[in-house]
Amino acid sequence: MGAIASIEQLGKYREQIKANVKEDLPTVLICFGTGCQANGARNVAEAFTKIIKDQGLNLDVNIGLKTTGCHGYCENGPLVALRPQGILYLKVKPDDVSEIVEKTIKAGEVVDRLIYKDKQTEKTIAKYREIPFYKHQQRIALRNIGNIDPTNIDDYILQGGYAGLAKVLKMEPDAIISEVEKSGLRGRGGGGFPTGVKWRSCKAVPSDTRYVICNGDEGDPGAFMDRSIMEGDPHAVIEGMIIGAIAVGAHQGYIYVRDEYPLAVKNLAIAIKSAREKGFLGKNILGSSFAFDIKISRGGGAFVCGESSALMRSVEGKVGEPRAKYIRSVEKGLYDEPTVLNNVETWANVPEIIVKGADWYASLGTKGSKGTKVFSLVGKVNNTGLVEVPMGISIRKLVEEIGGGVLSGKRFKAVQTGGPSGGCIPERLSDLPIDFDSLTDAGSMMGSGGIIVMDEETCMVDVAKYFIGFLVGESCGKCTPCRDGLRRMLDVLIEITEGRGKETDVAVLEELCDVLTWGALCGLGTSAANPVLSTIKYFREEYDAHINDKQCPAGVCKALITYSIDAEACTGCTLCAKKCPQKCITGERKKTHVIDTEQCIKCGVCKDVCNFNAVRVA
Amino acid sequence: MIEVKKVDAIINRYEKSEESLLAILQDFQREFHYVPEEGMQRLSEVMNVSESKIYAMGTFYKTLSLTPRGKHTIKVCTGTACHLKGANQILETLERGLKIRRNSTTKDLNFTLECVNCVGACAMAPVTVVDEDYYGQTRASKVMDVLKKYK
Repeated sequence: MGAIASIEQLGKYREQIKANVKEDLPTVLICFGTGCQANGARNVAEAFTKIIKDQGLNLDVNIGLKTTGCHGYCENGPLVALRPQGILYLKVKPDDVSEIVEKTIKAGEVVDRLIYKDKQTEKTIAKYREIPFYKHQQRIALRNIGNIDPTNIDDYILQGGYAGLAKVLKMEPDAIISEVEKSGLRGRGGGGFPTGVKWRSCKAVPSDTRYVICNGDEGDPGAFMDRSIMEGDPHAVIEGMIIGAIAVGAHQGYIYVRDEYPLAVKNLAIAIKSAREKGFLGKNILGSSFAFDIKISRGGGAFVCGESSALMRSVEGKVGEPRAKYIRSVEKGLYDEPTVLNNVETWANVPEIIVKGADWYASLGTKGSKGTKVFSLVGKVNNTGLVEVPMGISIRKLVEEIGGGVLSGKRFKAVQTGGPSGGCIPERLSDLPIDFDSLTDAGSMMGSGGIIVMDEETCMVDVAKYFIGFLVGESCGKCTPCRDGLRRMLDVLIEITEGRGKETDVAVLEELCDVLTWGALCGLGTSAANPVLSTIKYFREEYDAHINDKQCPAGVCKALITYSIDAEACTGCTLCAKKCPQKCITGERKKTHVIDTEQCIKCGVCKDVCNFNAVRVA
Repeated sequence: MIEVKKVDAIINRYEKSEESLLAILQDFQREFHYVPEEGMQRLSEVMNVSESKIYAMGTFYKTLSLTPRGKHTIKVCTGTACHLKGANQILETLERGLKIRRNSTTKDLNFTLECVNCVGACAMAPVTVVDEDYYGQTRASKVMDVLKKYK
């Protein structure tokens, strides 16, 4: 079938697809997100294909097979979901496939050893929706991910895709903008600027040419929701952008994607091509007089290009340096024309807001932060992955109920939010509701939604050093506070973590932070003080321990720790001695081993290989 | 010697517009494992953009390298989640094992060792990526064994 020529035809087309779908067909959904692929999802898919062929099963008659985007529960991959029962199997191996086909597909039974098991209560749960990781979630931006094949546009249309586009084609542009304003949607990339207000300012600038851009340069380390959306539901982003283009009057759009996300680039390219074929992009969209198209622009691995003005320079084919924003990019953005730039997750929310209405969206979340937010819950937590919950959830609920608590029963110390521009929030504030404003008040920020859980073995001074080191590498060098100020801060932090800290160091850091906050040119620099200021504010005692006592309480900073072997726990298995690259561990078989601390390079290999937890760091 | 034909074939895939410069440079990087001087010169001629401008891009963007890289690229993710879970130990083990520093290439041009900010696979931290293959929950004691199959 060629282009869909009218709104009515789109409805008919959706009915047609629906008529061909057998609701009760046993269907296997294999997660093909990056995490599951790394854990061998491809082999699992091949095993299913083979068994279907070997058993003479008829695809789409006796059994359905789909590869989908990321389900979010990456740590337990490869994930396989089964419809219609709604069962989720974890850590599936090719050898499990025949049993799944025999038991679940043919007989409707559950394969017990593959379902979720609560680590504490040993309770097992078969149903996807009842697993604690999913139970508290409300998926809007992630609505289709895991349910549809992202490379098949019909799957998206069947879920109601492009209905938002059909709706806005009958609306006045101002009414579309009002709807987005009323929903209270704020930018999901970090800044939290009201999306509708941004659109309205762009539309108000007199010009013949306007652009819309999707910022897919997800650079905050620890956040990967944009990747998951671009890979798993690219049409949601594309539809959002078309709606935005109609609202502001743009005819060309760009999606700027990190080059490190090859699968996202691939799935977006496929989606754009099929959207063109179906008449959602190009001239006369759905038979209207509106024309709009999208190009993909691949980033070059520069963190600063996530900053809007730097990103626009990069799209133009220039070095991605930011500019001072006396004039905002909604007025003079790409090629100096009015431009709306929104983040991937923001765009993906737009079609749902249009279809379900601003009031519905605004009923979710908190007073200042409406709707849901996708968080990437990672670090020292049991259940890691992507979760989408209403704004305002407490840090504690996120970490303890959804995340299942801190790894290995260690003490929960802090969460880091907002990437290198954010800060660390201590455990004692974990009843804080997560929304744009309360995080900023606590000295951190929402950022793109990375929530990195830290335990007692995380050194907060090291974390500050890590982020400043990151930013030194990513500073574009254009303005002095950022280029030289960060460098100097890193020097001070290195001195502290290597045991040469001075009493005045904390004051020097605070002063440099002040210079950066007020003097840097773009957001990268002005927010760069957060990791340092928040750790000083909440974990001053750790700075003092490094500076005054020359100790790293968390046992991380190499210069301040020593490795030793606990004689009680050591069984004399010799494994550490064999693996030690320095050959500085000695001991006879079945007798306690000893580390020669003079020779030890503190590489950690002995601790890593020890099966008896006998290596101590202090 | 870099083949002019290959250079031209890459350039011809794209519109003759400045917008295409970064994509072309990235394709050079994929094809030749680095951005060769000849490629930048040719690009400057065809696109009518000064060589210095193209050189500036070559040095600014992290995914581009002006010196030849190894046949296989090892990327140790040093994103926050990976950092907390011991990415540095992985990196140092690889440095010792390959006898090179980070962001450099072995003498036999087989491996280039890089650290990257975040590969977006944080749930599997710490992550090491060899070429296009992702290895989750990497351990310092095992990481050298992973490299054996990359000859």
